[in-house]
Amino acid sequence: MKDSSILQKLHCYHCGNDCEAEYLGFDDKVFCCNGCREVYSVLSQSGLGNYYAYNQHPGATKDKISPRFEYLKEPAIARDLIDYTDDKFTIVTFYIPAIHCSSCIWLLEHLNKLDPAIYYSRVDFLRKQVNIRFDNQLSSLYSTVQLLDRIGYEPLISLQDVIKKQTVGKKDNLIKKIAVAGFCFGNVMLLSFPEYLGISSYEQSFRQFFGFLNLAFCLPIILYCGTDYFRSAWANLKNRVLNIDFPLALGIAVLFLRTAFEVLTHNGSGFADTCCGLVFFLLIGKLVQRKTYYHLSFERDYRSFFPVAVQVTDVKGTEHSVPLAEIKVGQRILIRNNEIIPADAILLKGDAKVDFSFVTGESVPVNKVLGEVVYAGGRQTGEAIELEVVKPVSQSYLTRLWNNEAFTRTQENRTKTFSEKVSKYFTIVLLLVAFGSLFFWLPTDFHRALAAFTAVLIIACPCALALSTPFTMSAALSILDKNLFYLKNTAVVEQLAHIDTIVFDKTGTITIAGADKITLHGAVNPYQKQLLYSTCANSAHPLSRLICQYWEGTSRLGTHSYSEIPGMGISAGIDSHLVEVGSRLFIKGGFAAKSAADGTEVYLQIDHQYIGYFSIRQQYREGLEIINELSNKYNVFLLSGDHGHERDALSTIFNPDLMFFERSPQDKLDFIKNLQSRGRKVMMIGDGLNDAGALKQSDLGIAITDNVNNFSPGSDAILDGRALSRLPQFFKFSKNTVSVIYCSFCISLSYNVVGLSYAVSGRLSPLIAAILMPLSTVTIISFTSIATHLAAKRRKL
Amino acid sequence: MSIIYFLIGCSVLLALLFLGAFFWAQRSGQNDDLYTPSMRILLDDEPEEEEKK
Repeated sequence: MKDSSILQKLHCYHCGNDCEAEYLGFDDKVFCCNGCREVYSVLSQSGLGNYYAYNQHPGATKDKISPRFEYLKEPAIARDLIDYTDDKFTIVTFYIPAIHCSSCIWLLEHLNKLDPAIYYSRVDFLRKQVNIRFDNQLSSLYSTVQLLDRIGYEPLISLQDVIKKQTVGKKDNLIKKIAVAGFCFGNVMLLSFPEYLGISSYEQSFRQFFGFLNLAFCLPIILYCGTDYFRSAWANLKNRVLNIDFPLALGIAVLFLRTAFEVLTHNGSGFADTCCGLVFFLLIGKLVQRKTYYHLSFERDYRSFFPVAVQVTDVKGTEHSVPLAEIKVGQRILIRNNEIIPADAILLKGDAKVDFSFVTGESVPVNKVLGEVVYAGGRQTGEAIELEVVKPVSQSYLTRLWNNEAFTRTQENRTKTFSEKVSKYFTIVLLLVAFGSLFFWLPTDFHRALAAFTAVLIIACPCALALSTPFTMSAALSILDKNLFYLKNTAVVEQLAHIDTIVFDKTGTITIAGADKITLHGAVNPYQKQLLYSTCANSAHPLSRLICQYWEGTSRLGTHSYSEIPGMGISAGIDSHLVEVGSRLFIKGGFAAKSAADGTEVYLQIDHQYIGYFSIRQQYREGLEIINELSNKYNVFLLSGDHGHERDALSTIFNPDLMFFERSPQDKLDFIKNLQSRGRKVMMIGDGLNDAGALKQSDLGIAITDNVNNFSPGSDAILDGRALSRLPQFFKFSKNTVSVIYCSFCISLSYNVVGLSYAVSGRLSPLIAAILMPLSTVTIISFTSIATHLAAKRRKL
Repeated sequence: MSIIYFLIGCSVLLALLFLGAFFWAQRSGQNDDLYTPSMRILLDDEPEEEEKK
């Protein structure tokens, strides 16, 4: 494809990328780009060369232009980003996606050598965060961020600092509760042993002592560790819902009351060990269920995609940064290369080539003429442009989507999990059996009736049932996690199993964003190649750039005339040849090339002689055959914001009747809603902001991304693009997982039946309860994890 | 056998001490980041330039 390169493969000393076209030497080291060389020179001058000693090529490539951080000088913006500040020092936490190795840690914790004002910096590797404290007098937020950017660690600063919030938000003391429960459980077990082994009659005083001590250990269990269950059961009861917390809370309460009664009346030893063990295991189950991905966020919306502030020019022509929320209609904003247009605005000045791929799914940048409205969310490629805002940020075309009810409704009306469904019937049956045994014994023996009643509630306490779902799901989650499929929480596995309709987005989902495949049709000799390359090199049009990239390394000839007709093509005079490159209409030569109609085309003509054409197609992800496989079992739709010029190419993959093009974000949302109203369980797979509404509305929204640290819209799961081909396996695996839960439910039920046969007779000994409860728990835990891993092996995950 | 009262008192006290120590560790943030220290410990202050090449 390319000229046979005489260069042997050289790797950039900083980032390890191949140094392809031109490499830059410095200090006997090779660098792929200016950015990498800059970083190296900064570090080596500050005596931080050891950065390169820990790992080979530790840096991230820095060939992109960094954004401007001037807005950080605005006190109002800085205030929102800073954790703490007083007149001496400032504490700030940055999220830096580039953190990936030990060298990163070393460098970021030695920032002091680069800027003495920074006297503390600490990296949290999994969260990809660095906590920095600097002296207010000597440094500022702006210069700190500049420094980080200069050494190749550009912090990601967005309005919606979700990752930061995540770490602050979760403080329900679960770990502390487990610690207390474990402490009580251990001690109670120890103190209960003499009772099990039998206490001789002359040591009866010990029995009472142990009994009271056990009761004392139960108090923190009831009053601290188990309170969530009582609270949840009560809240659900008020809403007339019987969830699994109700029998659990009932079991805990009965265990405690009966223990207290038996100990205080010197009637027995009670069930203190079962009570503590139950709460301890339940809390462990809760911990297992809670899996956090520190580096992922499932709650992102447009605010984390949009910039924090924009440059506004006032009447006098001076520029200053304004926070996004304060942008008013009529203000003039300045958007530079690679910046995002934050609000619907009219183009006033400059050559706008706006890349809307993330918003509409359209892959080719759009040229806008002066006076035209440019919708928010597009990314300017090229020179700086000036626009006048016509709508505030929250009312813009794209962001309006977030006012839809899909974003405000709670998640509760999604698929009910198995344990939610079953626990209702379980509770009813449990109460029936309990009251049945109570009334059976009541006429003959009051004490025995009460004993039987409480024993039923104790023994049938659905501990194993409550644990089966968390343990199965967390095992499944970690398996999916290894396969680059990250789920928001454990309930998503069950949702995955119930899906019957799949809706795909096109751009970025089944195609790879930013990787266009350009193919030349027709024969071009080396001289013609030079001519065409030289012509295209004059143009900044995205398509010309693609062609130049394709022929990279060709030597450029001088042009003596050049003209560009917007929307049509370019023509240039070189060496007495007239070279024309452009659309089919532009090239009027009488050729009969049949349009392939599966992408954008650029036609080439030299001296009115048709040469050939380039077809530019988006590159599809690998393994799309799976969609055919899925179509057999599921209803598969394609929903694209793009124009339909790839319809034919896609019809080998999708059913032509089930492909829909030119759908706005709102259309997508409505499409999903429509499917749901017909009783379908819809899974949406998308990547861009335009899919955000559909992802939220669907029963299961999956955001697909090539880099999990990049922006992905709010969703239930994040799928790495490389794992798309494993989708059918994921489906089968999730179904297996649900079967594992069914089986473990049967196992725990059979334990309950065995226990109940003792309990209804009213002769439940504490020893049996103390054995049965942990035994069933251990069985369930080992069964679920083994079965889940076996299922994964069978599905080759 | 009354020594048992004393012994059990000691053992509970000791256990409480450990529980308190755990609470203190939790509060002071020692368990917030359980991964980075495992990497940090491998970093010397001044490693040789040619190390790991």
